[in-house]
Amino acid sequence: MNLLEHQGKRLLKDVGVATPEGGVAASPAEASDLAATLGGRVVVKSQVPAGKRGKAGAILFADSPPECEDVARRLLGTTVGGHRVDLVIVERAVPISHELYAAVLDDATSKGPLVLFSTAGGMDIEEVNATTPERILRLPVDIRRPLPPDAARQLLADADLPPAAVPMLVDVLVALYELYRSVDATLVEVNPLALTETSSCVALDCKVSLDPGALGRHEDLIRDLGGDQSLTETELEGAARELGLQFIELDGDVGVLANGAGLTMTTLDAVNHYGGRPADFLEIGGDAYTKATPALRLLLGRSGIRSLLVNFCGAFARTDVMTAGVVSALEELRPDIPVFFSIHGTGEDEAIRMVRERLGLEPYDLMDDAVRAAVAAAGRTASSDREVVR
Amino acid sequence: MLVTGSEPVVVQGITGRQGSFWTERMLECGTSIVAGVSPGKAGRTVAGVPVYDSVTDAASEHPLGVSVLFVPPLAAKAAALDAIGAGVPKIVLLTEHVPYHDVMEVLAEARERGTQVLGPNTAGLVVPGEASVGIMPGFATSIFRPGNVGVVSRSGSLGTLVALQIAAAGLGQSAFIGIGGDPILGTTTTDAVRILDADSRTDAVVLVGEIGGTMEEEAAAYIAGMDKPVVAFIAGRSAPPGRRMGHAGAIVTGGRGSGDSKVRALTEAGARVVDMPSQVATALAAHTSRIGPPPEP
Repeated sequence: MNLLEHQGKRLLKDVGVATPEGGVAASPAEASDLAATLGGRVVVKSQVPAGKRGKAGAILFADSPPECEDVARRLLGTTVGGHRVDLVIVERAVPISHELYAAVLDDATSKGPLVLFSTAGGMDIEEVNATTPERILRLPVDIRRPLPPDAARQLLADADLPPAAVPMLVDVLVALYELYRSVDATLVEVNPLALTETSSCVALDCKVSLDPGALGRHEDLIRDLGGDQSLTETELEGAARELGLQFIELDGDVGVLANGAGLTMTTLDAVNHYGGRPADFLEIGGDAYTKATPALRLLLGRSGIRSLLVNFCGAFARTDVMTAGVVSALEELRPDIPVFFSIHGTGEDEAIRMVRERLGLEPYDLMDDAVRAAVAAAGRTASSDREVVR
Repeated sequence: MLVTGSEPVVVQGITGRQGSFWTERMLECGTSIVAGVSPGKAGRTVAGVPVYDSVTDAASEHPLGVSVLFVPPLAAKAAALDAIGAGVPKIVLLTEHVPYHDVMEVLAEARERGTQVLGPNTAGLVVPGEASVGIMPGFATSIFRPGNVGVVSRSGSLGTLVALQIAAAGLGQSAFIGIGGDPILGTTTTDAVRILDADSRTDAVVLVGEIGGTMEEEAAAYIAGMDKPVVAFIAGRSAPPGRRMGHAGAIVTGGRGSGDSKVRALTEAGARVVDMPSQVATALAAHTSRIGPPPEP
């Protein structure tokens, strides 16, 4: 779960990392008021969960309250990286002498937290990592202990920094690590971390991602930040999440229902491989088969679905149990599109008999054949539709 | 890690619905389950297996080789630390959605104590004809039959499909290692491939990978130096970037973890990468003449 910049900055302030003076505005008038309070030059930043906002023109400057009002009017309501701008940050512009980069993240290689620091701040850090990885200093941390200040100091000793800045930066790294631990973050990133002309250290921008699996122990924080809606999901995806289903809306016409993340992904790949376009990722493993009816209702309610492919391979869940859920759902919903089954694994004999007897359909022996048939049927339905329209 | 039928196994969370169901299935597969753990439920039995309050208690009565955990996400850390503290050498952490910080704490402790961890979010381990630890249908002989193909998979369902294809082609498996779908894992793809490379019963390796992370690319570096043939399939190649496809690890971000980069790395390392799971068995047969029929059951 990615926080918005203003949410992340609130958390940074809580652990003592300085951020520019300012606030959030939902209207041009509010933005103008903030600019008047702050005085002087301000920066106005669109609050969307997307990177590269500067390049997208979603960050602008203003030298007076009326100009700030105008700039906010230009930003609010626009769409950046697919997200509507409902809120802007208005902050006092900071005179910068150095732009640095600092982050703490989960590292799969060391299987623990990793502190990153670079003097190449303000730039695309992935680009820096690809071209000059030596410019990024790395410090693996034992997650069972706080970040030792001495270790942070040693890390910074390898960077080309003004000596006076080092103690300040040690404090920042220790604080970022503390924040990372206290909120179960997967990433706390400050870029740029600015050294100012007045010898202070300010987080100009930040990205904080929380572990969805740990939100349960941060309910107060989530409520404070205004809920746990993923800011990137569609309306149908939101409805699916409420039901506890893993559903991703795609733009094709073959509806896909499978169990297990790996098999569901593979089913999408197979639809593509045989020339079709999947309409969704809908995973119904584990206990999700009990939600087969609402799941199928969501999927079938999506426009443009022309065939439905059900692909089960029993590992954790038994295919007969999952199939019973889906067969009941299909009996209830009676979709007017063709449905194709491929069922393998635990309980397959019973599952196949159920599909035959209750739906009058014959499951395919091979997954590939079921996929091919579903892709072909989507094409057939598509062409007959066109005939109707003509 | 691998497992034999004589290694003593403890089931943590044995009185739960999944724990008791899969205890019976694992016993069917030949697994030696000697103890179960459910805090507050000591003295009961599940499928004839005695239940203890903690692994520490169970360890005072039984030698323990492997612990398998059927515990809820927020209880997983304490349960795993109980097993590590009791000196169990191998832990299979099946639980999905364990907070990542908890996983890292467990792995840090495990590393210090020399404990091997499989998972989290894994479907477990099957050595057909010997033992099964986890939630794979190791008891289904149409899917798992003794043979000489070792399978490594992040996904249980897809791993099952691939095992089925191998069995349907008249081959069998030396082992199935489910490593798990999380971004941070106790046993990585490279670790699992290395185990199968060293296993005398394994003559060929099937690597079932996924988009996300760089584990397959790292495994490719090891595979480049292997003599045993490797056939690979990478799931999620058609997934849109930035979307998490069910598994927490399966997300393509900032140019990292794409299907193409995995396919390229594995192909360059000499693995035969197929486009569909149905091509795995054919690729195995075409790749080597060393793949014989499985021994008679």
